[in-house]
Amino acid sequence: MLDDLAIKVRQNIGLATAIGLFGILYLLYNMAHPKGFSSAVLVQNGNEIFALAMLAMAQTVPVLASGLDLSVGAVMTMVGCVASYLLAGTVGGTPLHLEIFGLHLGLGTFPGGTGGIMLGMAVCVAIGSLAGFVNGCVVVYGRIQPIIATLATGAVYIGIALFLRPTPGGKIDEDVNWALTNSLGDFAATVHIFDDGAAAWFTPLAWIPVPFVLLALISLLVWVPFRRSVLGRAVYAVGSAEGAAYMSGLPIARAKIAAFTLAGFFAGCGGLFLAIQTSSGNADIPQAGAYTLNSIASVVIGGTSLLGGTGSAIGSIFGAMILRVISFFFRIFDIAPLLQPLFEGLILLTAVSIGALGVLRVKNTLELFR
Amino acid sequence: MTTVTLGLSRDDRPILIAALFIFVILVAGTVYTFARFGSAPLLSPTYLLQQLQVGAFLGIVSAGMMLVILIAQIDLSVPWTLAAAAMMATSIGGPLAIPVGLGVGLLVGIVNGIGVAYLRVPSMIFTLGVNAVMRGLMVAHTGGYAPQTAATELMRTLAADRTLGIPNALFVWAAVSVLVVVVLQRTPLGRYIYAIGNKESAAYLAGINTRGVTVVCFALCGLAAALTGVLLAGYSTKAYQGMGDTYLLPSIAAVVIGGTNILGGRGRYLGTLVGVVLIVLLNSVLSIMEMPEAGRQVIYGLVIILMLLVYGRGERITS
Amino acid sequence: MQDAVPTEPAFLKLAGISKRYAGVRALDGIDFACERGKIHAVLGENGAGKSTLIKIIAGVVQPDAGTMCLAGNQVSFATPSAANAAGVVCIFQELSLMPDLSVADNISIAAPPRRFGLIDARAQRRRAEELLAGIGCEDVNPLMRVRDLPLSRRQVVEIAKALGKRPQLLILDEATSALTSADVEKVYVMLARLKAEGVAILYISHRMHEVEALADRASVFRNGRHIETFDWGARSTADIVQLMIGRDIAAQYPAKPARKPVTPVLALEHLSWEKHLDRISLSVGAGEIVGLGGLDGQGQKSLLLALFGVLRGVTGRITANNREARLGSPAAAMSVGIALVPEDRKTEGLMLPMSITDNLTIASLGAISTGPFVDRAKERTTVTRSISRLQIKIGAPSDAVSNLSGGNQQKVVLAKWLMTEPRIILLNDPTRGIDVGTKQELYRLMRELADQGAAILFYSTDYDELIGCCDRVAIMYDGRIVRELEGEELTETNIITSSLNVHAATPATAGATHA
Repeated sequence: MLDDLAIKVRQNIGLATAIGLFGILYLLYNMAHPKGFSSAVLVQNGNEIFALAMLAMAQTVPVLASGLDLSVGAVMTMVGCVASYLLAGTVGGTPLHLEIFGLHLGLGTFPGGTGGIMLGMAVCVAIGSLAGFVNGCVVVYGRIQPIIATLATGAVYIGIALFLRPTPGGKIDEDVNWALTNSLGDFAATVHIFDDGAAAWFTPLAWIPVPFVLLALISLLVWVPFRRSVLGRAVYAVGSAEGAAYMSGLPIARAKIAAFTLAGFFAGCGGLFLAIQTSSGNADIPQAGAYTLNSIASVVIGGTSLLGGTGSAIGSIFGAMILRVISFFFRIFDIAPLLQPLFEGLILLTAVSIGALGVLRVKNTLELFR
Repeated sequence: MTTVTLGLSRDDRPILIAALFIFVILVAGTVYTFARFGSAPLLSPTYLLQQLQVGAFLGIVSAGMMLVILIAQIDLSVPWTLAAAAMMATSIGGPLAIPVGLGVGLLVGIVNGIGVAYLRVPSMIFTLGVNAVMRGLMVAHTGGYAPQTAATELMRTLAADRTLGIPNALFVWAAVSVLVVVVLQRTPLGRYIYAIGNKESAAYLAGINTRGVTVVCFALCGLAAALTGVLLAGYSTKAYQGMGDTYLLPSIAAVVIGGTNILGGRGRYLGTLVGVVLIVLLNSVLSIMEMPEAGRQVIYGLVIILMLLVYGRGERITS
Repeated sequence: MQDAVPTEPAFLKLAGISKRYAGVRALDGIDFACERGKIHAVLGENGAGKSTLIKIIAGVVQPDAGTMCLAGNQVSFATPSAANAAGVVCIFQELSLMPDLSVADNISIAAPPRRFGLIDARAQRRRAEELLAGIGCEDVNPLMRVRDLPLSRRQVVEIAKALGKRPQLLILDEATSALTSADVEKVYVMLARLKAEGVAILYISHRMHEVEALADRASVFRNGRHIETFDWGARSTADIVQLMIGRDIAAQYPAKPARKPVTPVLALEHLSWEKHLDRISLSVGAGEIVGLGGLDGQGQKSLLLALFGVLRGVTGRITANNREARLGSPAAAMSVGIALVPEDRKTEGLMLPMSITDNLTIASLGAISTGPFVDRAKERTTVTRSISRLQIKIGAPSDAVSNLSGGNQQKVVLAKWLMTEPRIILLNDPTRGIDVGTKQELYRLMRELADQGAAILFYSTDYDELIGCCDRVAIMYDGRIVRELEGEELTETNIITSSLNVHAATPATAGATHA
């Protein structure tokens, strides 16, 4: 029994480290913050963490299959721009039109009201998943290396985002914005459930920020079942030893496509939230690039190996949170904004180099070359 | 192994296809300009030379990137190495400007090399970190604004002026290209680079100093990025924030379009040259067509995918 | 040749199976049959077509021609899982395990027990425990990652995985190569049980004693053709070898020179490393071929790696050419004239996609360079000379080395090292997976090199080779050299007893079978 526990701990040391590190950092942060440990700060943090956490989850799945997805930031941006059209929530519906090459295209009216908003969200997430699916197909059937394939598709998606929103704009229903970017109590009050948030059993939970709840729900309802499914395990198998996976009769093509589709799904969720949070759609190319690169950093810090086969999306979430908390620190310690990028860079470099210490213990140099 | 049509080797095919595509771009562009403006600027030597001059910058960065990709690594620190070299060169000024700028690139490259070769941190993540550090250093150094100091005379001459009617930048690009080709084709170092990219363990057991070669490749890539930065600063007469950001992905794309395998070990420099020319011309044709950024991005992405599909794809892993 | 008539109807029947690979006929009109409840040995040298045959039966590759019938029905397997579905399960030489997944995951990888659509981890673990107990290997914890297990345990897991697929036809392709002798006994027990249950078993192994212990029937293949099938016992070992190589084996090993005093070129004193090497003292002289023997995994490979500068933290003294050598890297070893022909030519000896020329010259570019540039003319002459000296069969020097057969690839590796003009040559199981013809060429070459003054340290898992080629054999056990045998003492019995670290006084183990 203890034997098994020891084995499990050793296998998950990366995840445990990430969680532990995050715990310490966040504790310190709240202690140093004048309004630490308050719901307001938690909510603000939650809003700032969610998108990157989602993108970290997105990046994890292709990495597990020993690939990489350089389009996650672009998918996020594209879906955000779509959301800025579909989530306006006006009662009579939103007329949709696009300007392309000087042509004005009328695309009918998207339903409004609550039903419309739900439909809009579903469509956004579906588009993200579709983008991921396309990535998967290009990699599997085009037999193009993931890093280059997603580099190219990312350009296409960012282009689509630019078509949709050449300049930032759009409108998100205010209620949606309010409900999803605050605490559970506010959510309940806006959506009129649980007695508008006054129900006795509910009040102890009312302080929990919605973004964290969403994060937990998405992890529990999507990631955990996927990980335990045959297809999810096939993704790990493909990343660990693709040849052996083929010999074992695993559905390699399906696993890879599923990995990229899931990445698109998570990235879509991130983009949807970002649009809701900022109440607009913004086709910001540098921001998309920064998110993509930060998602890779989050994955590494969260304990997933870039070589594939081991790791977890949960670890990547913590990796993302660690990255974000570090930038929070800059705020409260009033580090000169000029020095912030330098510190971020140094911390990132140190974090990824720490894993290198294991290298020094290797006694057979052949083992260094995988 | 089945031979390809025309008896071309596997490495030559992408180069030919890319060259063909350049031709297609030129033709399509000319048709467009003829229809729209009644002229064919794409075919005018002045225009082409001008484009090549701009292409020289991407070309030099791509040359460095190719070396790193050949050893199955990647260098994501190019954007801020480039910018840092430019900023330091303009800050220092005087006769030391260019050496200092190049020194920055060399130093960054060596650090990258050590991190990847000795610490065995995956290059993707290590160079990412280094990029962030360089950005941090430059932001702190310049106060976040574009540095006010100007590029030196020499920098401007190298980047913007012409000798015998040909832009000097092209001569620099040519010199870099000759160096790369000679190293890759004629020297032991070149063989070592391909060997490491193919199978580092076998290269190591053949007595090759694989870690040393890795450091050299990253150093050369850093140097190339720095050279580009210095030239760019000369071209625009000063350095500015984020000047290197638009060079990273196109340089990777140019290398790959040129037929170099992103996993390393295979590729010819001629392909990278052709890849650079292709991207530059594509960009300029799209400019002439006044294609909005949105369309450019989509076309850029589709072109890369199309080229790679046509080159013949990777092998299906069955064992 | 008349095949002995089987007493049961054939379970698996192949007719006219042919397969070509890029101009080489791997299989040529094979007719083959095996029955239920019998262990059928498949014998033949590498290049005989055994692996291709197995791959076709197991669904990994498709034949170009011919038919396959299973229990009377014609079948054709497009993928390994199709074969598995029909009850055909193969345990391959290259393991089909995912190192980062647990043992339990690997065993039930394709069709795990499920609950609510998701994998039932507990049931999966129980299943793994049952299957491992079925081969008597309960010591493997199903939660362990395969990566953390030693090779022998991994092979056990592979066997358990195959059993879990409920095979009707079980194929073992060198499935015991890494097992300890205790495990091999367990495998014998398991196979006996399967036999009794009516499973048809195909057994491929180069270890004649294993085949002797197990086989009911045997088929010999040579050069892609089925030569003969017979009941075990109908043919003597010498006959079988004759069938396998098609010619008289008497002159297999080159003559050894008379023993004379030698000047040591390589001397080791108290060489130690981690737990794998324990105060090794050995010397090899010019003109000597010294063999390393003993059971697998007693430190022989580590010793060779230590002598080539690959290992860190080696203590003890190494003297090469009368000077103490500090071997911190392969380059350092090469500079004192040491060469290592590594264990796995595909990942350690060759850059497969690169040309034959590139592979041949990669270790000696300094010698063919003028100034900073490689001299193409010198390169061409050296390459041509190498190819003809070792008689490497190639198309053109610019072809990729991956096109060559295993034997020729190994020749390229050897030629590469000979180009560095080494004085000390280390060979790490060089004849593994090589056809008999090439093996003989290699033996002759080794003796030639020794006669020219080289000192050769030769590790082989084949006792015949050690006896046939070596002037002296050092038997290793647990990282130490327990005995050195030469001259009259160099016999198989002595090798075996020394390998088991048994003192001559104990009779019980004197004739024991071994791994």
